Amino acid sequence: MREVAIVSFSQLPSVKEIEAADEPELVQSVTSVALKQVGLTQDDIGFTCSGSTDYLPGRPFSFVAAVDGLKAWPPIRESHVEMDGAFALYEAWVRLLHGDIDTALVFSFGKSSLAPVPDVLNLQNDPYYVQPLGLDAISAAALQAQAMIDAGKATERDFAEVAARSRKNAISNPNSHLKGEFSIDDMLAEPSISSPLRKSFCSPLSDSAAAVVLAAGDTARKLVERPAWIRGIDHRTEPHGLGQRDLTTSPSTKLAAEKAGVGNAKVDVAELHASFAHQELILREAMGLGDDVRVNPSGGALSSNSPMTAGLIRFGEAAIRVLHGDADRAVAHAANGVCLQHNLVAVLEAE
Amino acid sequence: MAEQCAVIGIGQTKHQESRRDLSIPGLVRDAALRALQDADMTWKDVDSIVIGTAPDMFEGVMMPELWLSDALGAAGKPILRVHTAGSVGGSTAVVASHLVQGGVHEKVLTLAFEKQSESNAMWALSPAIPFQPQLVAGAGGYFAPLIRSYIRRSDAHPDTGCMVAVKDRQHGLLNPNAHLHLDQTLDQVKASPMLWDPIRYSETCPSSDGAVAMVLVSERHAKRVKNPAWVKGTSVRTERTFFAGRDQVNPAAGKQCAKDVYDEAGIINPLKDIDCAEVYVPFSWFEPMWLENLGFAEEGEGWRMTMEGKTKLGGEMPWNMSGGVMCTNPIGASGMLRFAEAARQVRGTAERHQVDGARVALGHAYGGGSQFFAMWIVSSER
Repeated sequence: MREVAIVSFSQLPSVKEIEAADEPELVQSVTSVALKQVGLTQDDIGFTCSGSTDYLPGRPFSFVAAVDGLKAWPPIRESHVEMDGAFALYEAWVRLLHGDIDTALVFSFGKSSLAPVPDVLNLQNDPYYVQPLGLDAISAAALQAQAMIDAGKATERDFAEVAARSRKNAISNPNSHLKGEFSIDDMLAEPSISSPLRKSFCSPLSDSAAAVVLAAGDTARKLVERPAWIRGIDHRTEPHGLGQRDLTTSPSTKLAAEKAGVGNAKVDVAELHASFAHQELILREAMGLGDDVRVNPSGGALSSNSPMTAGLIRFGEAAIRVLHGDADRAVAHAANGVCLQHNLVAVLEAE
Repeated sequence: MAEQCAVIGIGQTKHQESRRDLSIPGLVRDAALRALQDADMTWKDVDSIVIGTAPDMFEGVMMPELWLSDALGAAGKPILRVHTAGSVGGSTAVVASHLVQGGVHEKVLTLAFEKQSESNAMWALSPAIPFQPQLVAGAGGYFAPLIRSYIRRSDAHPDTGCMVAVKDRQHGLLNPNAHLHLDQTLDQVKASPMLWDPIRYSETCPSSDGAVAMVLVSERHAKRVKNPAWVKGTSVRTERTFFAGRDQVNPAAGKQCAKDVYDEAGIINPLKDIDCAEVYVPFSWFEPMWLENLGFAEEGEGWRMTMEGKTKLGGEMPWNMSGGVMCTNPIGASGMLRFAEAARQVRGTAERHQVDGARVALGHAYGGGSQFFAMWIVSSER
C-alpha cells in the first residue's frame, strides 16, 4: 500500500464565536495557511475533501459555499463528507492510494455559535422513537457517564481529573478555547447539569476551522523533514440504539485500533476526540493506552470543541508532534455520533 | 492502482411519490438486499459500506447513516457518508470503487437514498443564504436562465426539451422501477403549464422516494457472477459557485470530468467508443446541453441529435434508457441510479430497456449550480 503522510496542519483558534466570517472566509483563511506552510498552492493539490454538517448553519447544501473559499478554478477534484473532517482525511487517504496524484487538501469547519448544538444533536437519534424524547447530547452523555459509575469503572473524581489535566495542558496551546488550572474539588462542588455530569466534565462549544495537507511517498519527503506517516488507519461503527450497546466500552474503537496497529509498538502521544471527560477513559481502555502515553497534550476536545472540526484537529495535533520531533509514534482519534457510536483511529509515525 | 474493481450486484427499490409502506431504514434495506442477492452475497460478506444522500434536512435526521447502521448490518464495519449535492449518488459510488481499487477493502456495499415525501424539496432547494439575494424558487428557477442562454447560443429548435421529455418517458415505460409511467405525446408535453420559462411542468423531474445499492468487489471476488461490470474510469470535479469566469451553460468542470474518465478508460471518441449513457437530466433541456458538454456533439449541435432521435433506444447513441431522472428522482439516489443503469447495461441485465450488445457505458451525475460532477465508465471487458 502506498505511503501517505500528513505534512501540514493549520487551525483557527477555537473561540466561543468567530464573528463576521462566513464559511468561505473560514475556509480561505485556514486552507491558505496549511498550503503556504509547505510552499504549495491549490494548483499543486491533486484532491480536496472536506467535512461539515448542514445542521449547524441550518440550511441545506451549506458546504457548497465552502468551495468558494478555495481557488477551485480550473475545476478541482473534490469531495465532501457529512461527517467530521477526520473522515474527509480518510477519504483523501483512500484517494491517494490510487497513485495518480500525490497531494491532498483536507479541511473542515464548524460554527457552534450558529445553533444550540446539544439540542441539534438530538436530531442524530432515531426519528420515530428517540428524537421525540428530546434527548440532547449532554443528557445522552450523562447516561453513559452514569453507566461507568454504576459499573464501578470510574468515579466523578476520575472525570474531574481528566478535565483538569486537559485544561492544564491547553494552557500551552495558543489555539485552545477553555484553559487554566482548575481545582478538582471545585469541579466536584459544581452543580450537576445532567447528573452525573457537571459543566466542567463537558467540552466547551467552539467555532473553528482546520486544514491538513496530505502527501504521498517522496513528495512528502520533499515537502517536510519529518512527515507524519499514516501507518494504519481504520474506522468502525456500532449499533445505533443506546440500549443496544454497553456504553462503558467502545468495541468499535478497539477494533479500529487493532486494524490500525495501535498496539504494535510504544505510543508516545494520543489525541483522543472525547467531548466529555468520561469518554477519554473509555477510549484509553479500548485502545489499550497505558499511563505512559501522553493523552491530549493539546488539551483535547475538552478544551476546544468545534463540531465537525474537533476530530480533524486531533489528527492535526497528533501529526504536529511527529512533524516537530516531539514524538515518534502518535495515535489520532475522531468520533462520530451519540456516545461514541462511530470511531476512526490512525497511527502516525516518523520515518 | 492496486486492484481492478467490478460491480457484481445491483438493486433498487420501486420508486414512487411516497413509499408509505417503507420507513427510511426499510427503504435502504430493500435496495441493499436486492443488490446482495444479485451478487450472491449476504450481509456477512460486506467489508465496508459507503452511503450517500443529499441534504439530511430532507428527512429531518442529522447524519442518518448513524441511525441506518442497524438496517445495513454495519455494526463492526466502516461506514462512510458522502454528500456532494446532486452529484452525491455518483460521488458515493466513486468513493466505494476507490476503496476497492486502493486495496483497502475487497467487498464494498454502496448505496444512496432519498425519501422526498418526508419534506418539500422545492423549498429545501431554495435556501436563503445570509448576505446573498435569494434569487430562486426551486432548482428550476436556478437552471431556467441557463437553458434560455443555451437556446439563444445554439439557436436550438424550441421543441427540443419537449422531445427529450417524451423520449425519456417512453423509456420509463419499459422500466418497472421507474416512478413515472407516462405515455405522453409531444403535443401533451407542449400543452403542460409553463413553470420557469422555458421549462414546462412536463419537462421537469418528479420528487421520488427511492434507494439504490451496488456491490463493488476486487477481481478475486468478481468471479461470483458471470457478468461483472468493470470500472474503467472514475472522476469527480468541482468548480466554484460565484466566479465571473464560469460558463454555467457548458461548465468546465463537466468537460474536465469527462476528459478524466475518457482518458482513464481509453476512450478517444465518445460517440464511437461508448455504446450508451445514463446522464443526469433533471430538466429536459439538459440532454442537449450535456451532449455537448460530454463531447457527444459539437458545441451548439447537441439539440440536433435529440431532434433526429439519435438518443432514443435503438438510436445511434441511446441516452437514459431507464427513463432517467425525468422519470425517477430520489435526489440523493439519482446519481447512483445513473451509475447503476450504466453497469446494468454492460452486464446485459437491463431487461426491456437493454441496449443490444452494450459493452461500454457512461454513468453521469451533477449537482449544485452545475458545479459538482461525478462520472464513471463501466465495461463488460476487464
